[in-house]
Amino acid sequence: MSSEWPLWEIFIRGQHGLNHRHVGSLHAPDAEMAVKHARDVYTRRNEGVSIWVVPSNAITASSPSDKGPLFEPSNAKVYRHPTFFDIPDEVGKM
Amino acid sequence: MSVALDLDLALFEGLCRLGDSTLVLGHRVSEWCGHAPVLEEDIALANVALDLIGQTQMWLGLAGEAEGKGRDADALAFRRDVWDFRNLLLVERPNGDFGQTLMRQFLFDAWHQPMLKALEASSDPRIAAIAAKAGREVAYHLERSADLVIRLGDGTAESHARMQSALDRLWPYTGEMMMSDDTDRALAEAGIMPAPDSIRPQWDALVAEVLSEATLKAPDQRFMHKGGKQGTHSEHLGHMLATMQWLQRAYPDATW
Repeated sequence: MSSEWPLWEIFIRGQHGLNHRHVGSLHAPDAEMAVKHARDVYTRRNEGVSIWVVPSNAITASSPSDKGPLFEPSNAKVYRHPTFFDIPDEVGKM
Repeated sequence: MSVALDLDLALFEGLCRLGDSTLVLGHRVSEWCGHAPVLEEDIALANVALDLIGQTQMWLGLAGEAEGKGRDADALAFRRDVWDFRNLLLVERPNGDFGQTLMRQFLFDAWHQPMLKALEASSDPRIAAIAAKAGREVAYHLERSADLVIRLGDGTAESHARMQSALDRLWPYTGEMMMSDDTDRALAEAGIMPAPDSIRPQWDALVAEVLSEATLKAPDQRFMHKGGKQGTHSEHLGHMLATMQWLQRAYPDATW
């Protein structure tokens, strides 16, 4: 359907203090309607206190075919995980 | 009959007018479920329908209490016949196309919102509490329906023509919302519910503003249908109730 409304990515902040999280996407003619639709589609069960909508085509994504070069090199670099330090007892629980 | 008895009866009638209007409109809007033009509107319409059915439970629940004959909201919704219904004629109009459904919703919301605002000042605290809770839902209904009426009225040639035709069809059913009878006058005098014509200035102003932004023109027609609030309905309501009530009629007190 070429006459379909543009796609929007929806982010909802659940409770104060938490980040907005991506919850899904929907179609709407403009940003204002996208917020209304998001309210109706994604906050029916009291899920949110704030809504962000972003046009899907404004998102630049990494390419799945680049997965190897992008992510695999970090597999072999255990020293990047901060697990080689002895934490002094007086620091307590981290 | 004593004056006290009259007021009890008026209270029952007045609560049925509110509850039946939200029930019938809620059922009408729910008829769109699975049929709306796009998924997002389908869900939005279902939300509005559910809000209205929820409000019905409160109004008819209180009506049953006021009546004091042991009928609860379900009994009133599913076991009364068409002539016992007290809803506005506007809300029983068939859905028609999406434009007619939205126009009906807007014309009703533009009354419903100021009506609930006024009901918050009711001398009956139970009514004031229901009105406050329902008011938050209806504020959103009005924002949504007004916005869509403007978008579609001031949209394409096709959407404009459909919205104007919806307005022309529904306009003669709007006057009833602001008409008073003895029941309304008794309730207004007791401070229980506002006089219907006290809603008129707000309704007129809001409708004029939205229609003008939507580039739509209210018909120059004075004749207004009436009777719904007294139980005289169009043929459409009986058909709707047949669908809505058949299960409770065929299997009274059925449970899951």
